[in-house]
Amino acid sequence: MIAYVASRLVTACVMVVLASLVVFLIANTVPGDPVLAQLGDLAAANPAVVAAFRHRWGLDLPLWERYWVFLQGLAHGDFGESIASHRPVLEDLREYAPATVELGMLAFLLSLVIGLPLGILAAVKRDTWIDNAARLVSLIGVSAPTFWLAFVMLAIFYGALDWAPGPGRLSASAFPPTPVTGLLLFDSARSGDWETFWDAAAHLVLPAIVLASSTLGLITRTTRAAMLEALGQDYVRTARAKGLPGRAVVVGHALPNAMLPVVTLAGLAFANLLAGAVMTETVFSWPGLGRYTFRAAVAIDFPAILAITVIVAAQFVLVNLLVDLSYAVLDPRTVKR
Amino acid sequence: MSETLILVQEAPGRRFARRYGIAVAGGGLILAWLLLAVLAPWVAPYDPNFVDVAGRLRPPSSAHWLGTDALGRDVLSRVIWGARVSMLVGFGVVLLGAAFGTLLGATAAYARGWAEEALMRVTDLVFCFPPIILAMAIAAALGIGTLNTMIAMLVVWWPKFARLARSLVISQRALEYVEAAVTSGAGPGRVLLRQILPNAAGPLIVLVTLDLGNAILVFAGLSFLGLGVTPPAAEWGAMVAEGRELVQQWWVATFPGLAILSVVMGFNFLGDGLRDWLDPRAESR
Repeated sequence: MIAYVASRLVTACVMVVLASLVVFLIANTVPGDPVLAQLGDLAAANPAVVAAFRHRWGLDLPLWERYWVFLQGLAHGDFGESIASHRPVLEDLREYAPATVELGMLAFLLSLVIGLPLGILAAVKRDTWIDNAARLVSLIGVSAPTFWLAFVMLAIFYGALDWAPGPGRLSASAFPPTPVTGLLLFDSARSGDWETFWDAAAHLVLPAIVLASSTLGLITRTTRAAMLEALGQDYVRTARAKGLPGRAVVVGHALPNAMLPVVTLAGLAFANLLAGAVMTETVFSWPGLGRYTFRAAVAIDFPAILAITVIVAAQFVLVNLLVDLSYAVLDPRTVKR
Repeated sequence: MSETLILVQEAPGRRFARRYGIAVAGGGLILAWLLLAVLAPWVAPYDPNFVDVAGRLRPPSSAHWLGTDALGRDVLSRVIWGARVSMLVGFGVVLLGAAFGTLLGATAAYARGWAEEALMRVTDLVFCFPPIILAMAIAAALGIGTLNTMIAMLVVWWPKFARLARSLVISQRALEYVEAAVTSGAGPGRVLLRQILPNAAGPLIVLVTLDLGNAILVFAGLSFLGLGVTPPAAEWGAMVAEGRELVQQWWVATFPGLAILSVVMGFNFLGDGLRDWLDPRAESR
């Protein structure tokens, strides 16, 4: 088992480095030019300024040399300096990541806590109003554009009803807690500032629901399908025939067997949360990684783009590894292979 | 198990509705949008780019069914014209991506050995990025414009088709009809394109259908971020972006969003229906 995990980890590291190479090549072969994006037309017309800019950011080096510099930095945990903010990328990430982590974790929890029971219930009570409602919710969740859902939620619950606070992480009147983790809920609770805690919590509700919507839809859908499949198996019929109560059959027999596809999908959905965060954070003025990613892309900020890519790829590979490891727990047969 | 029972109890019309109702509803929805897209110049009541500043931000009325936007342009006409862009990009990206991915995956599966290993590792590499993030970077680098955004999406769109095609071809090539074709002297290209792919088409068609909605969503998202169409082109994602500050004038952003929702729902219905129809196991569900 340990050998398996170790070999998987090594493969994962190789994958992440190769992934960075892919992005490096794509980003450098497309004709976009950070010089133009950063300096503007006027300065870009001056060859001396352009040459100085290129030299300053190492853009005058050959491609392979630039990649080598990037790799050397990466080995030391250094992502280089952002062309747009003129700060180390790592510092930027440290500033923007907590907002997204807080939002993403909450959204993911929300979609699990609602999606799993809803999917199970829909399968058990198949073709009833519960099933139809669950299918409708999941269909809207996967079909509605995140950015539009964010607008509709804001327009209804902030604009019309005034039940929820507006965009941002905190009200203008609230005092941000001393940053320790950068997670507002955690930091304010730690310093005992409950007013700020509830303010931050209220600001999280709408964006978390919006970000959770598509994940929630996918999880409900997959859980329902997997449960239907499991409930139709012979062992479920046997369990029912020997007189087990319905609850025991569903939770004890069908559910464990339906978990495999759900775990796979949940892992994939988690890894894709950042994509949804780009839209959600734009509408909710959320100072997180999603906004940062967007700004880096528009400014063609190579170091920042590469850093985000490496992190996204690493997260994806790691989540996949965890998913595969959870198979061993959920389905002991997979270990024997 | 209860199949015979249902067959006896249900009237034929009901059975058809239960089995194909969703697919037909989805197909109808898609067909309606396709017609609107094609007939936009004749169906749209106004020129989508006709600016009427005096009549700006009017709520829905009999003259403007869906109201007017911040420049006084008719929202209904812009929604109808927007269908053109979305459908074009959706079909363009998915069909080209599917063609490339399928060819690559099928070739990999048929070639086996190091070629398969190399092709699939490259696929895995591209697959491990959320499409929208990579597409965002590429679209930004290429510059704003519908064609550039399509290119950016295409770069990241093919891996899922490569994976599916590979697994389909692997399961097909063990079957006897392939062996028969090889024995009777058909070359690898012919076996792959004329024998294996037609037999493996079902799941690919389902994925294409479901993916069309997905591509329209991603393109609308990129457009919303300002990386899609060049203004003043009427496009749904860009329209939502233009109206997103206008909470009081809710109609500006709400209707284009509803248009996206309905199209994506249509493709999801159609894809689910096709899958149930093609997958005999799902019949009893």
